[in-house]
Amino acid sequence: MAKLLMKGNEAIAEAAIRGGCRYFFGYPITPQNELPEYMSVRLGEVGGVFLQAESEIGAINMVYGAAASGARAMTSSSSPGIALKQEGISYICAAQLPCVIVNISRGGPGLGGIQPAQSDYFQATRGGGNGDYRLIVYAPANLQEAVDITLEAFDISEKYRVPVFIAGDGMIGQMMEPVEIPEGFVSQSAEKDWTTTGTKGQRAPNIINTLYLDPLKLEEHNIKLDNVYKLIEANETRYEADSLEDCDVVCAAYGMTSRIARSSIKIAASSGVKVGMLRPVSLWPFPYGAFDKINPKAKGILCAEMSMGQMLDDVKIGSKGRWPIHFYGRSGGMVPTPDEIAEQLIKIAEGKSV
Amino acid sequence: MSIIYERTNGLTKTSTHYCPGCTHGLVHKLVGECLVELGVLGEAIGVAPVGCGVMAYNYFNCDMQQSAHGRAPAVATGIKRVLPDKVVFTYQGDGDLASIGTNEIIHAAHRGEKITTIFVNNAIYGMTGGQMAPTTLIGQRTTTSKSGRTVEHSGSPIRVSEMLATLDGARFIERVAVNNPVNVRRAKRAIKRAFETQLAGEGFAMVEVLSSCPTNWGMEPLDALKWLKENMIPYYPLGNLRNWGV
Ligand SMILES: Cc1ncc(C[n+]2csc(CCOP(=O)(O)OP(=O)(O)O)c2C)c(N)n1
Ligand code: SF4
Repeated sequence: MAKLLMKGNEAIAEAAIRGGCRYFFGYPITPQNELPEYMSVRLGEVGGVFLQAESEIGAINMVYGAAASGARAMTSSSSPGIALKQEGISYICAAQLPCVIVNISRGGPGLGGIQPAQSDYFQATRGGGNGDYRLIVYAPANLQEAVDITLEAFDISEKYRVPVFIAGDGMIGQMMEPVEIPEGFVSQSAEKDWTTTGTKGQRAPNIINTLYLDPLKLEEHNIKLDNVYKLIEANETRYEADSLEDCDVVCAAYGMTSRIARSSIKIAASSGVKVGMLRPVSLWPFPYGAFDKINPKAKGILCAEMSMGQMLDDVKIGSKGRWPIHFYGRSGGMVPTPDEIAEQLIKIAEGKSV
Repeated sequence: MSIIYERTNGLTKTSTHYCPGCTHGLVHKLVGECLVELGVLGEAIGVAPVGCGVMAYNYFNCDMQQSAHGRAPAVATGIKRVLPDKVVFTYQGDGDLASIGTNEIIHAAHRGEKITTIFVNNAIYGMTGGQMAPTTLIGQRTTTSKSGRTVEHSGSPIRVSEMLATLDGARFIERVAVNNPVNVRRAKRAIKRAFETQLAGEGFAMVEVLSSCPTNWGMEPLDALKWLKENMIPYYPLGNLRNWGV
């Protein structure tokens, strides 16, 4: 199959369409604008609907209505816009509606900046909205991976009736790389007997609801959701690991930072330091189990992020105090260089504090 | 034996949770009857608000979605864009529609979404225990305007129907009241026309129903209807503000 040179935002949009997306609701924000712009052209060609909403709040609630009516609906935004969607995301999770949400994230807090950042990790994995809910969060590290994840995103979301959240940083959205987007991707659309499509007088009404005034009923509902989340933890945890068993130091990084860290690992190797790599692909469920593979004698783990330290919490949980944990981060749209991270890795291997 | 009156099939048999004398139930009945009389109950998808009307999802005998506070018009937009041949309506209170949800309602109307909105204006936040709404009248006492609403502090009450009637996408806008049988009949005619607007593919349609909240107004049901007539109708004049094809 021919490879296409595409911009990340457009590659994700095309992959979503080939993965079955037919409805897109969004609101302009940099650095994800090419995604809705692409959708505004392509969805019409495939018999779908693109609609620019009045706000991100409007957009996510349109996704709610569309998903509850049985459609494969999607929204994308960037950090401050994703912040506005949190109410809707909580409702979507409560109502168990499948959909796909993309965050091409930028530096924060507040209006922040428009350069790439990974400072929305807490927002994505800890629940920016209210209540006991989870999202399936995937963080691609290159465009082909972004395409592959997006292609199956609707299938996975429908299987569990939990939204799939694609956490791409600004670099993933803006960079161009050759990608293959298979035409013949066969989607496994789940059967949906719960959607609101009109009773035609032939069945009892279907009700999409998030209100449970009886605490016992709400607890039962939350336990039901939690059982789904446990299944997702068992089935959908994804990560990439290299040389964890026999390394001197481990570098834990995701998304774009993991690509930079790969160069850092080569630099460290030239100084005789063997660095293992742990790259979570699913940020939730987080691959805590992967830490068990790490050499017990490793000198430590460096968590590298484009944030002030957010995945760091999960690295600490996964390591269970077995290794010293170090952090190196750049934030606000600043990107770490391979040398900066390599320097930290070498220091850890040499037993120096970083 | 002929049947003169029966419970509409537009509503389920579930008893409502509304307070005695509350007009929400009456408005439900009118909507249910219109859906049945237009023959579209089986094609209808309703969106319930956050407010006393939230459990409308248990009362309307059609597919229902419950939305976040004020977001019903956006949810309805999502439904209608996916299912353009279905009949989609929102049922919203004045806190829901005229305060937290102003953005969603204005833009649904602005886009000319082919949905029908039933806007129940009782000049107060009912469900949360009687706080001031943007529709609360000047001088009206609520739990957050204990000496009565003043213009200086909170501005003048918002007339949503007049505001939305300025938008081209709003093809049918009418304000009605349910304080006496004549007005109830008029309200039903307006609700039916609002659904016909959608069926004709014309655009957005809304009926604002002046309604009572005896519990939070602190009145007997009949006194509440009298208060509605003497205080609400003078400020919120009844009548049609936009009607396509007329
Ligand atoms: C985001 C959010 N804010 C506040 C509330 C609390 N709340 C529930 S109902 C309501 C007001 C309802 O008033 P109205 O829309 O006038 O309807 P009524 O109860 O009078 O019919 C409020 C503020 C909420 N549920 N969600
Ligand atoms: S609080 Fe008011 S609006 Fe709510 S059910 Fe009671 S009377 Fe009706």
